[in-house]
Amino acid sequence: MIEHDVLVIGGGLAGMSAALHARQAGADVAMMSKVYPTRSHSAAAQGGINAALGIADSWEVHAYETVKGSDFLGDQDAIEILCSEGIQDIFTLEHHGVIFDRDDEGRIHMRGFGGTDKSRTCHVGDMTGQTILHVMYEQLLRMDVKSYDEWFVTTLLMDDGACCGAVAMEIVSGKLEVFKAKSVILCTGGCGRVYEPSTNGLIVTGDGLALAYRVGALIMDMEMVQYHPTTLPANGFLITEGARGEGAYLLNADGDRFMQNERYGATTLLEKASRDIVSRAETIEIQEGRGVDGCVLLDCRHIKDRILEAFHQIYELAQDYANVDITQEPLPIRPGMHYIMGGIKTDVDGRCYRQNGDGVEALPGLYAAGEVACVSAHGANRLGGNSLLDCVAFGRRAGAHAAEYAKSINPPNVSDQAVEIEEQKIIDIFARSTDLRAPALRLEMGEIMHQYTGVFRDEAGLLEAQRQIREVRNRYNEISVHDKGRVFNTDLLAVLELDYMLDCAETIIVSALARRESRGAHTRTDYPERDDENWIKHVVVYQTPDGPKIDYLPVTITQWQPEARKY
Amino acid sequence: MIQANLKVYRYDPQKDQEPHYDTYQVDGLPDFSTVLDALIKVREDIDGTLTMRCSCRSAVCGSCAFRVNGHAKLGCKTALSKLAPNGEEVCVEPMGNMKVVKDLVTDMEMFWDKIQQVKPWIETEGEPPDREYQVPHSKMVELQQPMNCVMCGACVSDCTVLEETSKFLAPAALAKAYRVVGDPRHAKSHEWLTELSEEGGIWDCTRCVECVQVCPKNVAPMDQIIKLRELAIDAGLTDNVGAKHVLHFTESVAHTGVLDERTLPIKAAGIGWAFRNAGIAIKATLKGKIKPLLPGTHPSVTEVQDVRRIHEELEVKKGTE
Ligand SMILES: Cc1cc2nc3c(=O)[nH]c(=O)nc-3n(C[C@H](O)[C@H](O)[C@H](O)COP(=O)(O)OP(=O)(O)OC[C@H]3O[C@@H](n4cnc5c(N)ncnc54)[C@H](O)[C@@H]3O)c2cc1C
Ligand code: SF4
Ligand code: SF4
Repeated sequence: MIEHDVLVIGGGLAGMSAALHARQAGADVAMMSKVYPTRSHSAAAQGGINAALGIADSWEVHAYETVKGSDFLGDQDAIEILCSEGIQDIFTLEHHGVIFDRDDEGRIHMRGFGGTDKSRTCHVGDMTGQTILHVMYEQLLRMDVKSYDEWFVTTLLMDDGACCGAVAMEIVSGKLEVFKAKSVILCTGGCGRVYEPSTNGLIVTGDGLALAYRVGALIMDMEMVQYHPTTLPANGFLITEGARGEGAYLLNADGDRFMQNERYGATTLLEKASRDIVSRAETIEIQEGRGVDGCVLLDCRHIKDRILEAFHQIYELAQDYANVDITQEPLPIRPGMHYIMGGIKTDVDGRCYRQNGDGVEALPGLYAAGEVACVSAHGANRLGGNSLLDCVAFGRRAGAHAAEYAKSINPPNVSDQAVEIEEQKIIDIFARSTDLRAPALRLEMGEIMHQYTGVFRDEAGLLEAQRQIREVRNRYNEISVHDKGRVFNTDLLAVLELDYMLDCAETIIVSALARRESRGAHTRTDYPERDDENWIKHVVVYQTPDGPKIDYLPVTITQWQPEARKY
Repeated sequence: MIQANLKVYRYDPQKDQEPHYDTYQVDGLPDFSTVLDALIKVREDIDGTLTMRCSCRSAVCGSCAFRVNGHAKLGCKTALSKLAPNGEEVCVEPMGNMKVVKDLVTDMEMFWDKIQQVKPWIETEGEPPDREYQVPHSKMVELQQPMNCVMCGACVSDCTVLEETSKFLAPAALAKAYRVVGDPRHAKSHEWLTELSEEGGIWDCTRCVECVQVCPKNVAPMDQIIKLRELAIDAGLTDNVGAKHVLHFTESVAHTGVLDERTLPIKAAGIGWAFRNAGIAIKATLKGKIKPLLPGTHPSVTEVQDVRRIHEELEVKKGTE
């Protein structure tokens, strides 16, 4: 058994921020990740991180635009914290050594992004996520924070109603180990692989969300799945919003800038409107026959100097996977699954919650931050560049709070027996011999989710998705593996990850069924209007022995009342 | 659609005495597919025991460095259409200079230890400003090159010096060191450079260019090492073998117009050091990086005068900067 005060599960931006600040608060903290931390998917973020650093901007404007972007479902107390404290977080990152691009005065340069006409997205070329992640990692090494690299968490442990650690497998040896901790912070990232295709890496499998769901935590806003407007048809790779931020156009087959069309409600910001709106417009163009092979076109020709200067990654991606030189011809792109606004419900200090009778109560010892969490700073639609900020800011708060909490409690009771239960699961998987393997079943799940729970949804489709996902869940228990050894068994990991993803899929579907209106990223063709009278509330789902249960939580409104959303 | 024919290194420590190779034919791959795409397809559809690391598939996570046809590459950045346009066999092996854990997975502890050893963080002077440090954009852009490193290990896999001495900090960590030392906010460059000038540091690189060639992210580690050397010499850290070597280099070029790499090690460190490093020299010679010490192979430079002039101009320029 290994013991720490605070165990951070996840080594992406949120996990690193949490670990750093728990450490700064004096806790004995360990960070754990199923890959080397710098390989976390935060590295893939190209575009940037938002903060109102400019004199022509203010955190209040940033907050208002985030609220509006969220289609008035975001919790405004959380958004105020994100946008106000986030400014100092950016400066701290800069002091730690992030090599942000600069303006003529040597101050941090900001670029335009979606959902605003301000330039407030700080960036490092188009390798922002990678740089911030690596610089934070530098700080972790400097502070000598213990890091368990390539360890895979299989379950959370509970003692007397409080979370008190986890069981994890050392991937290189296959050995299972109990980790005892006074507080656990889940920072395991999103669940993009629940969908096919997705912009997310192969490791983004919703593990932490399922882990929390299984110990009774409330999961919130799961119907809010973001489709990004510009992904490559070949493999779902992302072309950063920064390209539109710099002025790239979207064209349909007729060569029209279709965002100018009144019906999309974005005649001012056009291509720079928020993602839900642009993805919906693109889907309509394609469905109504004005697409090009299932795509619309991203035209960067008139900004080619900027592309060559500051967008090397996307220039290369387009070259490699679409065989298009974006400085010479328009690039076919389409909306693709990108981000989950929903997640484990937390408060602004990262604490998780559970149902208690008719109300909710904190789930002691359990925290979450980053994409796996839902505070909810993004509501029904996240603004580009706000996620990295969310990871840094709420990772910091969760880390600090979890450290204080750990100081206040006695060591929990944990036994090594938990290992045996987990061991048995693996033995059972090894014992099966069928032709069914995890990758095939995951693909099926991904395609079901894309078809029925993508940009447009309706009740019939969602019920069909539910039926089909249940059927996939039943067959899950027949999966077998080729690799029956213990050393670096990725065949086995794929099976365990699929288990997590199926839980995520379930929560997405039941939440989408519950919300009978259209808001942000959630568009119900059978309930096409936004319904403020009945639906300014969060959908929460939690697990019971009888399956998932739905409940609702109020939206926190501080200063911005819902209003019509035009861009 | 294209076909991939893979010959893959296989080793499972739980049952194999010796490594062996398996061959796989993968059909129906989209035209733009990479070596990694083909390997994933093997793992998913043919043989689930095949083990490798991979995640992002777009060259930012740095998981999937393998030796492809003998050279380290990122699997996800190696297009089959370029490498094997007619379905030629592609040989995939684990990275070199590291122990194999299983199949294509190597033990990277040594890699991360070296990163840790260069103290890869900046330390600033005094209290930080209220806002950001004001620094020139050009300097930040210059640091993007080393910062672009995804810690994949390809350069470490193929570094010729590391094959000889495990003490060498190796290209990735040294590139990272330049990211720190070259950062205008870093206040302790002298301390860092002093440590980097010790044995195993910046002066042990033989400038074989291997790391520049294999790096999939254009980090050009050797160039970062050379920048560190320049900074070290500027900082007066010249009392070591490597710096003497370079000072002799400068002298040699200024005098004869050619660099006689064959006698360099001897001049700089005496004959003993040259013998100890003979292995590297031989390897470098075989790879064509150093001309062999045979009569008649010395390059003849006719415009020695020109070279001297250029050298002098450079010295003057350096003085005025
Ligand atoms: C292509 C792309 C581009 C993006 N661009 C931007 C952008 O420009 N700006 C922006 O703000 N946002 C962007 N986003 C979103 C943003 O990058 C992510 O939301 C954010 O990085 C998530 O960070 P995280 O720390 O929550 O999770 P991650 O970085 O995904 O890290 C998750 C960590 O959890 C670990 N983990 C997971 N499961 C387990 C387990 N079972 N056991 C142990 N460890 C586990 C993983 O190893 C990893 O270390 C982008 C996203 C994508 C996919
Ligand atoms: S140039 Fe130097 S660091 Fe690079 S591979 Fe050769 S010896 Fe190693
Ligand atoms: S310098 Fe290049 S080859 Fe070496 S680890 Fe970094 S990215 Fe990989």
